[in-house]
Amino acid sequence: MNYAALFRATLPETALEIAALLVLVADLGFLRKAALEIRAAVAALIGVAGCAAAVWGVYAAGWAGFSAGSDQLLAAGGSAGVAQVAILVLTALTLLLLIDTDFTRNAGEYVAVVLMAAAGGLIISAAQDLLVIFTGLELLSLGLYILTAFAKKSEKSAEAALKYYLFGAMSAAFLLFGFSYLYGLSGYTSLPRVILGAYMASATGASPLLFIALVMIAAGLGFKIAAVPFHLWAPDTYEGAPAPAAAFIASVSKVASFALLLSISYAILWFPGMLHMAGHVTVKFSTSPAPVTPGFVTAWPLILMLLSVASMVFGNLAALAQSSVRRLLAYSAIAHAGYILLGLAFFSWSNLSAQAVLYYILTYGLTTIGAFGVVGVVERATGSDRLDAFLGLHKRSPVLAAVLLVLFLSLAGIPPLVGFWAKFNLFAAVLGVSAGPIPFALVALAIAFSAVSLYYYLQVLKRAYVMPANDESPIHAHPVTLAVLIAIAAAVLVLGCFPALLQSWIASFYPAM
Amino acid sequence: MLAWSIYISFAGALVAALLPKGKPAAARWWALAVAVAGLAIAIADYATHMGAGREVIVDVPWVPSMGVHFLLAADGISRVLVLLTGIAAVAGVLFSWNVELRTNQFFAFYLALIGGVYGVFLSGDLFLLFVFYEIAIVPKYFLISIWGSTRREYAAMKLVLYSFVGSAMVLIGLLAAYTTAGSHSTTLAALAHAGLPVSFQMWCFPLVFVGFAILAGMWPFHTWAPTGHVAAPTAASMLLAGVVMKLGAYGCLRVGIGLFPHGLDPWGFSFIGLGSWRDVFAWLAVIGIVYGALVALVQTDFKFVIGYSSVSHMGFVLLGLMTLNQIGLDGAVLQMFSHGVIAGLLFAIVGRVVYDRTHTRQFSELEPMHLSRRLPFAAWAFVFAGVASMGLPGFSGFVAELQVLVGAWQANPWWTIVSGIGIIVGVAYIWRAMQKAFFADTLPSAHELESEHAHKFDPITWPEIAGVALLGISTLVVGLYPRILLDSIEPAVKALLAGGAQ
Amino acid sequence: MNELATGFPILTFLTVLPLAGAAIALFAGKHARGVALLTSLACLVVALVVWTLLPADGSIGLVELHPWAPSIGIDYHLGVDGLGALMLVLSAIVTLMSVDASHRVHHMPGLFYGLILILESGLFGSFTALNFFQWFLFWELSLIPAFFLIKLWGGQRRGPAATQFFIYTMAGSVALLLSFLAIFLATGSMDFVQLAAMAASGTLSRMVTAHLGAVMPWLAIGVLAGFAVKVPLVPFHTWLPAAYAEAPSPVTMLLTGGMSKMGVYGLLRIALPIFGVQIAAMRTPLLVLAVITVVMGAWAAAAQKDLKRVFAYSSVNHLGYCLLGIFALAVPVYGPAAQASQAAALNGVILQMFNHGITAAAIFWFIAMIQFRTGGLRGINDFGGLRKPAPVLAGLMGIVLFSSLGLPGLNSFVSEFLIFRGVFPLAWVAATVSILGLLVTAIVILTVIQKVFSGPVPEHWKNFPDLHHSERMALAPVIGLMFLVGLAPRLILDTINPTVVNLLAHWRF
Repeated sequence: MNYAALFRATLPETALEIAALLVLVADLGFLRKAALEIRAAVAALIGVAGCAAAVWGVYAAGWAGFSAGSDQLLAAGGSAGVAQVAILVLTALTLLLLIDTDFTRNAGEYVAVVLMAAAGGLIISAAQDLLVIFTGLELLSLGLYILTAFAKKSEKSAEAALKYYLFGAMSAAFLLFGFSYLYGLSGYTSLPRVILGAYMASATGASPLLFIALVMIAAGLGFKIAAVPFHLWAPDTYEGAPAPAAAFIASVSKVASFALLLSISYAILWFPGMLHMAGHVTVKFSTSPAPVTPGFVTAWPLILMLLSVASMVFGNLAALAQSSVRRLLAYSAIAHAGYILLGLAFFSWSNLSAQAVLYYILTYGLTTIGAFGVVGVVERATGSDRLDAFLGLHKRSPVLAAVLLVLFLSLAGIPPLVGFWAKFNLFAAVLGVSAGPIPFALVALAIAFSAVSLYYYLQVLKRAYVMPANDESPIHAHPVTLAVLIAIAAAVLVLGCFPALLQSWIASFYPAM
Repeated sequence: MLAWSIYISFAGALVAALLPKGKPAAARWWALAVAVAGLAIAIADYATHMGAGREVIVDVPWVPSMGVHFLLAADGISRVLVLLTGIAAVAGVLFSWNVELRTNQFFAFYLALIGGVYGVFLSGDLFLLFVFYEIAIVPKYFLISIWGSTRREYAAMKLVLYSFVGSAMVLIGLLAAYTTAGSHSTTLAALAHAGLPVSFQMWCFPLVFVGFAILAGMWPFHTWAPTGHVAAPTAASMLLAGVVMKLGAYGCLRVGIGLFPHGLDPWGFSFIGLGSWRDVFAWLAVIGIVYGALVALVQTDFKFVIGYSSVSHMGFVLLGLMTLNQIGLDGAVLQMFSHGVIAGLLFAIVGRVVYDRTHTRQFSELEPMHLSRRLPFAAWAFVFAGVASMGLPGFSGFVAELQVLVGAWQANPWWTIVSGIGIIVGVAYIWRAMQKAFFADTLPSAHELESEHAHKFDPITWPEIAGVALLGISTLVVGLYPRILLDSIEPAVKALLAGGAQ
Repeated sequence: MNELATGFPILTFLTVLPLAGAAIALFAGKHARGVALLTSLACLVVALVVWTLLPADGSIGLVELHPWAPSIGIDYHLGVDGLGALMLVLSAIVTLMSVDASHRVHHMPGLFYGLILILESGLFGSFTALNFFQWFLFWELSLIPAFFLIKLWGGQRRGPAATQFFIYTMAGSVALLLSFLAIFLATGSMDFVQLAAMAASGTLSRMVTAHLGAVMPWLAIGVLAGFAVKVPLVPFHTWLPAAYAEAPSPVTMLLTGGMSKMGVYGLLRIALPIFGVQIAAMRTPLLVLAVITVVMGAWAAAAQKDLKRVFAYSSVNHLGYCLLGIFALAVPVYGPAAQASQAAALNGVILQMFNHGITAAAIFWFIAMIQFRTGGLRGINDFGGLRKPAPVLAGLMGIVLFSSLGLPGLNSFVSEFLIFRGVFPLAWVAATVSILGLLVTAIVILTVIQKVFSGPVPEHWKNFPDLHHSERMALAPVIGLMFLVGLAPRLILDTINPTVVNLLAHWRF
């Protein structure tokens, strides 16, 4: 094993861990007597610096990745690179939101946990080996459980953390179970070899076992991305966790998990893709009468499709009935996961699909952080995250209201905000992979439900802008928070007006086709 | 040059939003300046390009990976509608002069809506068009729900959801067309030449057409229109009826008919006498014409009369589109302009001049007010607008509806015959509204006269006079000299029909 | 045609002139009356200029023709012949009289005079238009101000009267519009001249039948119905007494003097040239209706107790003669004698339009003066012996009433004589029965003269004020005109006879 190469490949993770240690040292060692505000600021700034260093690390690591022997363990560049940079940027943003909060007295510890969890996110974005994946996932998940429970004074926070932990542990067990089947069938842990082994196994009649393994894995990962029916933790966690932690869960953890799904999808397509590129067979996923895909490959998209439809339908419909903005965001997150799963279910080995999925999840993560930022500020001022807490927001804080307007409209997919292009890219990619009636019907369903989603987003905006306020005292937000929120809103607007910016940035990670 | 109408509207919206609170006058004058600048651009461009062909104004790649271009182009149809938008925008600002609540926000949303409308009419790229189309939806929600009246939140939500469902249908159709065409360009011209399969057009056309037609108030998807119009503040109902409904009709024409001409081909079989989508939509339009007029005839709320009349008049636009011949399409486009101006005028009178003074729109309460004596300006402006709306010769509506009817006759005489009922009823409901609201027969008692004297209405303000004059002159000029618009519309329609025949 | 006629769009100018006056009058406040007087005087001058510029051969002159909406084949097409020019002069005179008679309108005078002038513009426009579209525009344009003039300045029951007036006329308009739409759809033309040429050559009927089936008679009925309401022809007349009675007298003058002529003019300019064959086929029932109009109008007048209603029905009766003449001549004729009869009837009809306009307007003017002096009374039994306190009023009104009666030497005699001269050879039964109308009319008018001017003077009318100076001056030219036309009808006949010849040469029955 080449430790120099390993160090090179894990530069970003290393940078984050060092930053985490620095935070702890600075906070526990030097700032014990300092005011909470200063401690939080210092911790956050060190964390942000660590993220910046890690971004540098991503670029410095080059696109080599890390391999043990002929098996790749960590990928670099491409989807992994995009996801890693995105994770770091989003982490930095959530850290900045910490500065204006008071849910904990242990700001340094909070930041350290965030950074370590982010490191786990970086690992699973790049992992190409079942064991590495599982390690990364656990690192991330344990961090998230702690973050959820961080508001020690809040009962909700504790309850949410326990729920999250129990569901998480169960899903980790499912995932491990699935992984072990795959290992048993193929004899390898490296993803491409696992898949190759699975092809062999399905050819020799082991399909049922394989199918069970896939369902298990889907259950495990479905939990991470909060896809129906594995979503039960999400509303409680989103509601109970401190706002910056919720933002972290809703964005960073989602990006990492979808990056993992991308890796798996790529791996599944790697083998037929090679054949296709070599001109041996023509492969396409469709229900047209001439499927050329080997048996088990169709099972995976089918599972994803089912999860996707269930998430879109249930997430959107349940969101209609919410009176808590956080729960509303949780159900909307479920719905968005449903849309993205559609992009994964109709996946192509050209980078089209991956880029569309990444575009979606990046912009979604960005928008959600902003949304939670606004919710956090409002919550501190009013003590509630109910819909009615937003009454008259446009008077109490015109800037917050404007940010909320931009972000929620973007989530609803209204052009020229970035959320529109995300949906648009994704659906175009789905139809670009296959133009049969089934993908078309699913896209139609997704678009129809995004029309439904406008209704509940407008419920919030209606209170912020239309309905009369109970209390007209102004809401003041910390300047840093405000700056972060404005920056996010501006990014949502600018990236929406110039959609090619983000697209070409994502494309720059991929080797030219 | 025309592209600047879009830019200045959006920039104007941004500036209006940032203007300091508590200075409504600044916001008003600013909005007026922006709207007038837009109108000036529209007029200048129209004057220099009268009868000219299609011209590309701006063309830069926007989303290169998908071939989306930021492509603005104008032909005769676009120019006419841009002109309409300019007129409606200025008039709308004038009739919003008395908005005191959150004035700067009002005009910010207002100008954003205007910018979106300009954008739709000038888009030469399918997705750009869609983007502008959606941009126009959201400001409507806030304009109605914040500054509206009767059941405003319900109406606003209904309107937005209808619009959004419509645009979802459109988006599905557009994505399908894009992927089916397999071209690396989404410009309308490229897609029109992509040779979409006939069977594809057959099912994609109704999807897109209905999606757009929802916003054009096609029966039976019209129900958002009356409630929305009634609830909206004056300027918003003027814009809704004046230009937003035209967005739908324009989409039907430019996208529906322009991209999927074969969607109108006969099915090859006949179901209860309907042999093609063309028959289906034409009959829906005819039903809309008659239904809207009949319902308008029995309303007790003044504004509902005008709201339903919009459904009826927009039916002529849709019917004109379905004639698929030169005269009918000419008429449809001209009717878009005509109805935009006339409906704007009617809503302005009902909503601003009358309602803001009387605070009621119920005929039963207006009758004893003797408005013809107390608000003679309103009464005579309504007579003028009503006569124009009836389709009397000399006003724009006559030429437009006549052309539609002639075109429809050439396509299917029954369409013309049944729609004729709508025209006759149209005379009746306007006349009834005029009688009831302004010229009721009851003579005031001395006591009433005294109280009337004590409660004088606010005097008519200059913006109202200016707005009525602007809209009135527009319909009159077009009515007396329709070639001023027809000379531009005809070549554009000819080109469109020729393109569709390929 | 001289320089002026070819270069200057005088007919457009004439039509726009009152509109401009109306715009000024609307904002002139107290000076509205002055503006209206000046405008209508100027219009009269221009109308007289038009009269002098007519082509000598009786064809349509002063033509203005510009493409207007080429896609649907509509042109801006104006032109007049003797018939149109005479109507222009009549409209101008009647409007001037009406404006002069309105000096007691104090309620919203600007609006009142504005509407009067708009109405005048509508009259001018409809008498010069040669395209259905344009003609219809002015036809409707005159309806709207008339409606509001009744509705806002009328008597006690003005509301229902205005509504009835509006609905009847509108229904007639719709019938007209539908008929012409059908023709337009079949032929692609709305131009009266073109359509008349097509009708004369028989192509019109063929094209309509080819496109729409055998609907030509129905179209003719639609068009006739539209005009019949306006004239009116029994049984389409029921709106008229209420409207005439409830309208303020100056407006009644315009209604009877100007607007009713639009109907007769329409029959001559539009119905006969285009639907000649169909009308000839329906000649007998139409003649029956015309005779009923004549006789019933007179009988109904005899039964009235209200002066305005008396003369409202009397108007029906007088215009009935026009209808009688028109329907009687709608028959294919052979031989110079019959042709001469036709020409006499048509000459009579056209002259009768003019005469009735002047006379009826003058009668209502007098009624207005009486009403003013008596505080609104106008019952036929409310007066008596007025010639003693007010000899000038009685004398001048007597002249006008005798004109209406058809006394030789006064204007109406000539025209009614010409009509009967033409109708007798063509339809002697109808003419004979119609004589009854003449007799009853004579009785009616003599009754009025007797009850109002003769007999003992009631106590409270002892000091009935006579006409003052300005009223006499205003009336003098009108009465002079009656004598002039009565004594020297050739002043008018010389100009309209070529038109009559020209028209008859082109009509085909």
